[in-house]
Formats: sequence, C-alpha cells, structure tokens
Amino acid sequence: MTPMEQLAHLPQTLFLADQLLVAVLLINFVMLASSRLMFCIRAAAVQGVILGLLPGIIHPFSFHIAVITVLIIVGKGIVIPNMIGKAVREVHIKREFEPFLGYIPALILGAALTAAAFVFARRLPLAPEHEALLFVPASFSTVVTGFLILTTRRKAISQVIGYLVLENGIFIFGLLLSEAMPVLVEAGVLLDLLVGVFVMAIVINHISREFSSTDTSRLRSLKEE
Amino acid sequence: MTYLFVLCPLLFAAVAWGIKNRLRPLVLLAAALIHLLSTLWVTVTPQSPVDGGWLWLDPLGRIVLFCISVLFTICAFYAVGYLRYYNKRSNRFLCVCMLVCLSAMTLVSMAQHLGLFWVAMETTTLTMAPLIYFNRNARSIEATWKYIIICSVGIALAFLGLMFLAYSTHLAHKDATLILGELIEQAGDLNKAWLHAAFVFLIVGYGTKMGLAPLHAWKPDTYGEAPGIVGALLAGGLVNCSFLALIRVYQVCLASGPEVVFFNRVLIGMGLLSMAVAGIFIARQSDFKRLLAYSSVEHVGILSIGLGLGKGATFAALFHIINNGLTKGVLFLSAGNIHRAYSSKSVHEVRGALRRLPWSGGLFMAGFVAITGSPPFSPFISEFGIVAGAFRQGQNLVGGLFLFFLAVIFIGLARTVLPVVLGDPPEDAQPSRYQDRMLTVAPLCLVMLIILVLGIWQPPFLIRLLEDGAAMLEVGP
Repeated sequence: MTPMEQLAHLPQTLFLADQLLVAVLLINFVMLASSRLMFCIRAAAVQGVILGLLPGIIHPFSFHIAVITVLIIVGKGIVIPNMIGKAVREVHIKREFEPFLGYIPALILGAALTAAAFVFARRLPLAPEHEALLFVPASFSTVVTGFLILTTRRKAISQVIGYLVLENGIFIFGLLLSEAMPVLVEAGVLLDLLVGVFVMAIVINHISREFSSTDTSRLRSLKEE
Repeated sequence: MTYLFVLCPLLFAAVAWGIKNRLRPLVLLAAALIHLLSTLWVTVTPQSPVDGGWLWLDPLGRIVLFCISVLFTICAFYAVGYLRYYNKRSNRFLCVCMLVCLSAMTLVSMAQHLGLFWVAMETTTLTMAPLIYFNRNARSIEATWKYIIICSVGIALAFLGLMFLAYSTHLAHKDATLILGELIEQAGDLNKAWLHAAFVFLIVGYGTKMGLAPLHAWKPDTYGEAPGIVGALLAGGLVNCSFLALIRVYQVCLASGPEVVFFNRVLIGMGLLSMAVAGIFIARQSDFKRLLAYSSVEHVGILSIGLGLGKGATFAALFHIINNGLTKGVLFLSAGNIHRAYSSKSVHEVRGALRRLPWSGGLFMAGFVAITGSPPFSPFISEFGIVAGAFRQGQNLVGGLFLFFLAVIFIGLARTVLPVVLGDPPEDAQPSRYQDRMLTVAPLCLVMLIILVLGIWQPPFLIRLLEDGAAMLEVGP
C-alpha cells in the first residue's frame, strides 16, 4: 500500500489524531519564528492542551485516560504557562533579544530537521499499526525543535520554553506506549515537570535580581581560570 | 515496611516545614537515625519483591542505599553544628529538601519499574536545586541555573531512552513494559535497533546526571558553589543514584546479548575520558572545592570503567560505590569547614589549615590520601580490584591508562592539597571566628575510621552483599 492508501484506511479517530499532530508541528514553527516571550508561552500551552486531548482520541475511554487527560490539560495548559508568565511579568521583559541564531535561519533549520525526522521515521522498524501515523516523526521533530530553542536563545525564559517543547516531543512518543506507564508514574512525571518549571521560574527571578538581566550569556563568572 | 521506608522521611519533612528554625536540624537528625537503623536491618535480611515486582530492594539497591544512609546520617549530624553557626538564616528549605531528597534516593534504590525510577531520579535533581542556592549570591545562582537546566534536559533525554526501550518491548509482544524483571527476561527477543537507540539515550541522559566526561560541564560550577554539606550529598548520594541507573540499564544490556559489548566499550571510553579530563583540570586548579568536583568526575569515571570491564571488576566497582561516597563526604564536609574559616576557597589564600583548624585540616588531608587510592584506606582495595580486573582480562591498555591517570591525579591533587593543609598560614590573615566544633568534626572522624577499617577488614555481611550484587551483573555468556 502506498502511504496515501494507508491514510484512506485509517479509522476516523486516528485521522483526527494525525491532524492534531500537524497542528503540533505548525506550533513548533510558530515558536521558532517568534521573539515575543508571552506568545511563545501561549503557543507551548496550546501545544500542551492538544497533547492532552490526544490520549482520549487514540485510546478507548477508561479511568486511566480520563485522569491523564485532565492532569495534562490542567498542568500543561494552565499551571505551567501561568508560572512562566508570572516570571516574565516580574522580570519585565517582553522579547528574546539577539538570539545566537536568527529567527529565519532557525526556522529553515527547524523545517529541514522536521523533513529529516519524517525521512528517518520511515526507515525505522515500527510496529505495523504505527507505520502510517505521524506520531514518531512528530515526536522527533518536536524534540529537535525543543533543542533548537534551548541552544540558540539567550533568555533564561526561552530556555525553559525549549525544555517544555522537548518534554512535549517525548510525550508524543509516549502516546504509543500508554500501557508501559501506569497512571501513577505518568502523574509523577507530570508532577516533576511542574515542580521543575516552578523551580526554574524562581531561579529566573533571582537571576534577574542579581544580574539585572535574564540573559544567560551573562552567566559566565564560573569558569576555569 | 517498604512503603514506610520511603514515606518516613517525607513525614519528617512535613514536620520540619512547620516547626521553628532552631528545632529543625534535630528533626533532620531523627529522620536520618531512623533511616540508618532500618537500612542496617534490611542490609542483613534478604528482601523479596513487593507489589508485582515494582519495588524490590535487591542487593544492588541495598549497596547504594547503605552508602546513602550512612552518608546522610553523617550530613545530618554535621547539619546540626553547621546550622547552629548560620542560625540567623532560615533553614526551612535546606532541611525539607534534604529529607525529600532522602525519600527520593530511597525510592531510587528500590524501584524496579524504570519509569518510577526515573520519577525518583528527577525528584532528587529538583530537590537539590534550592540547596545549591543556599548561599544566595550571584555565583551560586549561576551554578543553580546551570545545574537545573543541564540536568533536567539530560534526564529528559534518559526518559526518551526509556520510551525507546518500552517501544522495543511493544514490537516484541504488543504489551509494552518497563519492569526490570520482565525486561531482563525478554531482552533476547527485543528489537535490536530500538534497544541500541535506547541505550545511547540512557547513557547520555544518566551520564549527564552522573557527570561523566564529556557531559560534566555543570559539575565543577555546582560543586564549587554549593555548601559543603550539599556537595557531599551530590557527590556521595546523587552520583551513586545515577550510577545505579546505569547499572539497571546494564542489567538489561547484559541479558540482551550482543549489545553489552557496545555498552562496555562506551562505559570504558567515557570512564577513561573522565579520568583524563579530571587529570588535566586538577593539575591547574586553584579552587579547592572545584578540585573536589574534578575528583568526583575522576571517580565516576572509575566506577563506569569498573562496570564496563564486567567480570572480575564488578565486585570492586560495587565496593567503590561505598568507598567513593563516604570519602567524598569527608572531603566536602571538611572542605566546607576550611572554606568558612578562611572565607575563601582559593589556594592562594588558604594555607596551613592544619594549624588553624587542626581537625578539619587533618581530615581533609586524610580524605585526600584515601581518595587518591593510597593504602590502607578502602578506596585502595576497590581501585586495585578494578585495575586487577582489567589486566586479568588482558585489557592492558585500559589498565595501563587507568594507572597512569591515577598517578597524574595523585600528583595534581597533592600539589594543591598539601599547601592548603601543611603550608604556612598567610601573615596578614585575620584570626577567624570560626573554629572546629564537636558536631562538624566528630562525625567525619567516624567515617574516616569506617573507611580505614573497610580498607583492612571487610565485614562478612558486606562481602556477601557485594558478592550477591556482583553475581547479578555477571550472568550471561
């Protein structure tokens, strides 16, 4: 079967899931191209909510899925964006300033890496039921996007956003394997993410107080003499 | 019993949150003593898996737990003296985070579900972040930021590795699992490509957490700026937890057959690189806390070489977990004392510690002798065991490089440590109001004594424990 034929045979729900994953990929590009921090935070939140909806779409209804859906939407859609948003307001910055890699090159690189993720995913030994789906390439592409944001931007807040996108990418891969992660562990992972972002937000606040800036390239007093 | 083990420190953490500053270190101490007693009890009694194989304090976990518990108790005694010195400052976060970290480290040592293991690992990472910032200055906030962002990203990569591991089980039988026992049973049938990818990501992820070169970038900064007590917990507790993570991965690797050759090579390669990097940076180091950080890089290298060599060296590597953890505890805590007395950690200003702080200076010196692998202290036994394992296997190059790096590091450390301890105190030095106290010195003497005794005579229960642990890592072809 060609990919197009495979697509035609997909159940309706998986088709919807694939469309949502396309939206996730588009959000990746939006974030790579934007310098406004609040906008990036909201984009990451929307991405988180979409990811929260996915388990309910691809798996039959169960208590486990319901709990996970609620936890993820509340955590990634409301709590985390609020925490980072608060940090942004407290340190009075609106934009990323002079990233190490410009927005257009970052966008082109992101697109190239996404294309590479698609090519790469087709060559992987996937289970037959996953072959026609976008989960694996979308996961790789989002992980790579997270890394790009983490490494190319200066502001500490941008790096936290990069970390979140990276986590989102890993989460997409985890959707294929919900039985390996019982609800307690899944909740633990989310709790760790929440606490992690909380601690990072506090650290950012202290950085801006100590250095009058959240530019991480100023953090260079510790090095070998 | 098993649940109580994890929950007890959390309970004490809740108590510590609510009470007065003055009483909090005592709660820390009470929790540590209870933990130590229960650890000693489980060390001598065999444990069976509970809850469908999710939690099991197997011999490997018990070795790590033993080291963590002893180290934590020492730190708790020290904390009572240390926090009395800083009695103006709130110690709420320090005590609560230490207790939560103890709980998470206990969970790490007994978790047999790799997802749960990961959650506990990430918790240990997060609880340490506020502690690194205990001194509240620009340098420590920089260290905290580097620590939390690098370690969080590293651990996230390890999580991706776990997902790949689960996917290889999904391909094999549609029923993805991350329970260690099941993974080991099925390892032979798992998809090789995904398994390989999983191991790469797991080594990178947990290697970052452990501080193996070339992933050690955060380590000198963090250890250099963290208070001595936090440095001790990081270098003796968290390092051992992440080493246990590598051991867990190694167990799956071992069962999967051919993958283990690749894994061994990577471990030995990164181990030797860590020792080389440590050797280079120790030689020209003028900050004695950063010096200890590089010594930690060296010793995680030694641990991973020991694990990578496999048969013959495993016993010594497991023994080195305990030796390194305890000796690092002595070094960081005594270095903390010296740092406070001189208000400096540059070797240009800190000289003649033996005269100003006879006990701390002496302990720092003894710790230096022990950590460089000199007899009669116990790190000598374990390092010797690893070298002997290398030569017995005919890996002469590995053994030779190992000895060469040890010699280089010995010289480098001696060049810095000897003036700090034995030199003449600077003429213009202000008399310090910080003096050695019973509580910041006596526990360290006790650990130094344990290290000395372990170097001469190993108690039978410990030997049995280490042999059981080594047996788990030497099955297979």
